[in-house]
Amino acid sequence: MSHISPVLWEFLVHWLEHFAIFPPEASTIAPYADALYFALVGMTITGLVLVMSMVLFFSLRYRKERHPEAVQIEGSTLLEATWTLIPLGIFLVFFVWGALLYFRVYNPPPNSMNVYVVGKQWMWKVEHPGGQHEIDALHIPEGVPIQLTLISQDVFHSFSIPAFRVKREAIPGRYTSVYFEATKPGKYHLFCTQYCGTDHSAMIGWVYVMTPADYSKWKAGNTSGASLAQNGERLFAVMGCNACHTGTSQARGPNLYGLYNTRIRMNDGSTMIANDAYLREKILNPSLHVPAGYVPIMPTFQGQISEDALIDLVEYIKSLSSNYRLQQMMNKSDLDSAQPAPIGPANQGAGAAPLQIVPTPGVSKP
Amino acid sequence: MSTIVSLPDQSTAKLPSKSYLNQEYGLKSWLLTGDHKRIAMLYLFSITFFFIIGGVLAGLIRLELLTPPADLMATDTYNKVFSMHGIIMVFLFLVPSVPATIGNFLIPLMVGARDLAFPKINLLSWYLYWIGGIFILSAMVLGGVDTGWTFTTPLSTHYVNTHVVTAAMGIFMAGFSSIFTGLNFIVTIHRMRCPGMTWFRLPLFVWGHYATSIIMILGTPVLAITLVLVALERIFNIGVFDPTKGGDPLLFQHLFWFYSHPAVYIMILPGMAVISEVISTFSRKRVFGYTAVAFSSVAIAVFGFLVWEHHMFIMGVSQYSALVFSLMTMLVAVPSAIKIFNWSMTLYKGSITFETPMLYAFGFIGLFTIGGLTGIFLATLGMDIHLTETYFVVAHFHFVMVGGMLMAYMAGIHFWWPKMTGRMYPEAMSKTAAVITFIGFIVTFFPQFILGYLGMPRRYAAYPADFQVLNVFSTAGASILGIGYLLPLLYLPWSLIYGQIAGNNPWQATGLEWQIQSPPLTENFTEIPIMDHEAYDYEWLANKTHHEVQTVG
Ligand code: HEC
Ligand code: HEM
Ligand SMILES: [Cu+2]
Ligand SMILES: [Cu+2]
Repeated sequence: MSHISPVLWEFLVHWLEHFAIFPPEASTIAPYADALYFALVGMTITGLVLVMSMVLFFSLRYRKERHPEAVQIEGSTLLEATWTLIPLGIFLVFFVWGALLYFRVYNPPPNSMNVYVVGKQWMWKVEHPGGQHEIDALHIPEGVPIQLTLISQDVFHSFSIPAFRVKREAIPGRYTSVYFEATKPGKYHLFCTQYCGTDHSAMIGWVYVMTPADYSKWKAGNTSGASLAQNGERLFAVMGCNACHTGTSQARGPNLYGLYNTRIRMNDGSTMIANDAYLREKILNPSLHVPAGYVPIMPTFQGQISEDALIDLVEYIKSLSSNYRLQQMMNKSDLDSAQPAPIGPANQGAGAAPLQIVPTPGVSKP
Repeated sequence: MSTIVSLPDQSTAKLPSKSYLNQEYGLKSWLLTGDHKRIAMLYLFSITFFFIIGGVLAGLIRLELLTPPADLMATDTYNKVFSMHGIIMVFLFLVPSVPATIGNFLIPLMVGARDLAFPKINLLSWYLYWIGGIFILSAMVLGGVDTGWTFTTPLSTHYVNTHVVTAAMGIFMAGFSSIFTGLNFIVTIHRMRCPGMTWFRLPLFVWGHYATSIIMILGTPVLAITLVLVALERIFNIGVFDPTKGGDPLLFQHLFWFYSHPAVYIMILPGMAVISEVISTFSRKRVFGYTAVAFSSVAIAVFGFLVWEHHMFIMGVSQYSALVFSLMTMLVAVPSAIKIFNWSMTLYKGSITFETPMLYAFGFIGLFTIGGLTGIFLATLGMDIHLTETYFVVAHFHFVMVGGMLMAYMAGIHFWWPKMTGRMYPEAMSKTAAVITFIGFIVTFFPQFILGYLGMPRRYAAYPADFQVLNVFSTAGASILGIGYLLPLLYLPWSLIYGQIAGNNPWQATGLEWQIQSPPLTENFTEIPIMDHEAYDYEWLANKTHHEVQTVG
């Protein structure tokens, strides 16, 4: 409908918003979700009217006064088939329609700007790549595809922005992601929708959608001076990672340059993609998956490091991959198709077999 | 308006001199009874008790939500109130509601048996229910639980210090009570049908309970295991669900919903079973498409096990598995649609009267249609992203559970009340109550769909002021609804003493249970009946009545 008649659509949406029974439409996803919603409402009304008119009509027409003797009817295979197949067909249409939307919301395009969100009882900590931190607020530019990478530090939370029609669970121990692109500058509700204990209903905030110019100003005014990757670099040294991951051939740990988003062969013969989840897991549970040719001597950092610090480290390791850095700088989708092979392996530990690194173009996110 | 009700002449009518109610007297004769009808009465009393507690908690929730800030109670208190409301309503009221009361009373009567297969296990299940109930009540009295009825880990295992284990043990016990009920029904239906009672002569009420029993037996153990794991994790820190110990918090979700989705069908199939009987009786017609209605119950029970992940679409499950589960959910909605259409068609060329049970049944059809179709919204992947965890879900499940199952339960209680007690309730009053309930329900829960689309999250003690108007509607509706439920609580007990004598078959219904005295004898039938006709055979009934008149007069 938003395609057929934008004017009619605007009118409908405004009218509904005016009566405060409809949320603002502020992302590229929203009109698609709303079109689906109106179609579903249409189906519900049709179904209800159909059933209710049958019930009402028969009740009036065949009430005892007018129809004292019932006529016994066994059934009808034809009718059964009709009311099996027609609802099934309609439901299947919605299945396909809904699946398309779902895949869109949960598969961010590779050129999206990545913002990290950490949920904890009872606040949202947002970390921008430039190092800006905010709590219970999210500032984003309009017209830029945004990917949120979410994780929880304690229990399940859920990050919901009704005006964008998107929502994603923040899960302990696991990254999840969601994508949107804001279309209207303004201030929108941000809720935690997964029940998370005492102050669940206070885990709310605002999303500020800004024009690109305002956003740049905001960014400049709120920077802490160091980007996430720079924080990560500092942590890498402070936590002693660089003692083993020196990047040289004598190092006890593998070289991390160019690691991000490549396919790695494990010592059990399987392969894994070095995505965000893999890097995080590596720091917390190093012995779970060991790259081929290495002895699992890396200590675990479980319990010694917060989710925020993990994000910094992951961002740092990501930044060691030149194409990722390029991607973040340029934010252009055509980069996706022309991903250069990552910088070659320099991973020969003493006597260890060379680590197999296979470039995987097009792999973006878990 | 004409009516089907035919009561005996009240000046001469008497309750039968011997019945299951007066066979024996005294508390002990009730507490040690093996009679399915007495156990049904024990259940009826018990679930009403818990329904009242759950209802008061619901009232507190709605009062708190009248205004945006958390002013009536602290957020912690609110969290405990909605958790306890959910736990009591689901596990102590809705799951046993129709099966353990009406089903317990009627399954033996309908298949022509003297009792259920295992009377002592039946009694044991009532005691387990109460042990569960006492655990849950103690959890409440000792300070409550604040995990919600879903016990989400790791919140329930590591982050709250309320009485999670006590409440979980209560649900564990209540779960075994429902397993035993299911077991009893399955064995009874298989082994104890009277001569001539073939599977396709069974009333649809029995088919519905058969399907329910399958779910009870196969699903409930999974819930029991899950709760034990939660308790072990809480007490001994075993780390099955804890990611820092290599556990998987999503595993809990999978296990919990593997039971709790099928459980929603435990909470609707028996209701559907009631509706089939009521619609048929008050339109004087056999149920349209008997086999379709019977098999759709079984289809729901089977496919209901394959859709649990639709509660987890946004939780980082594999996107391809989400596809499969969305598709399966679409499929499982079809049998419900089939039933709705068959009931509507049953009215066609009937001879319809509008007694209280029929009014509730009409309420059921309308509200369940809305509830089921809004389930499609939630099964539609991209739509669920926006709607899940909001008031839309709250509205959806109240439409199916309260608008559907509770309406059906009320229909059933009003339909079989004369059989159970031998007396009629005041009809005008009960019709008023049915209408009030319907109106109250719509005003309470319809605004919640809109709130949900606006994005109001569920389980919020405080909410932004934008949402207030619709919440005020909802609270106002809840007060109306409260009156609708209060009335039967008054006139039904009243009718026990002052109600008119109902006679054997006040509705002129065809079921075996209506051909014997009301209230029935302890042994149900003096002679085991022989079934020589199909279910809902109104011609057989007419002939029989005609015959009786001739031989007697
Ligand atoms: C004691 C030496 C040592 C220290 C200290 C150490 N690592 Fe490692 N790391 C290793 C070794 C050896 C491997 C390969 C074997 C394995 O995976 O256990 C490895 C593997 C890795 C990998 C996976 C590399 C691949 O190619 O798959 C990452 C990522 C990593 N470490 C990050 C870190 C970070 C971040 C820190 C600091 C918080 C750190 N390491 C500290 C020795 C170390
Ligand atoms: C008829 C077809 C039905 C469909 C397609 C359907 C679909 C769904 C879906 C997809 C959800 C998950 C929503 C979410 O959390 O995002 C859901 C939730 C729920 N449904 Fe249904 N449903 C149907 C019928 C029923 C029935 C009959 C009942 C109970 C009598 C029921 C009770 C519930 C409950 C209790 C929840 C919420 C559980 C919670 O999160 O606390 N549903 N339904
Ligand atoms: Cu929360
Ligand atoms: Cu479900």
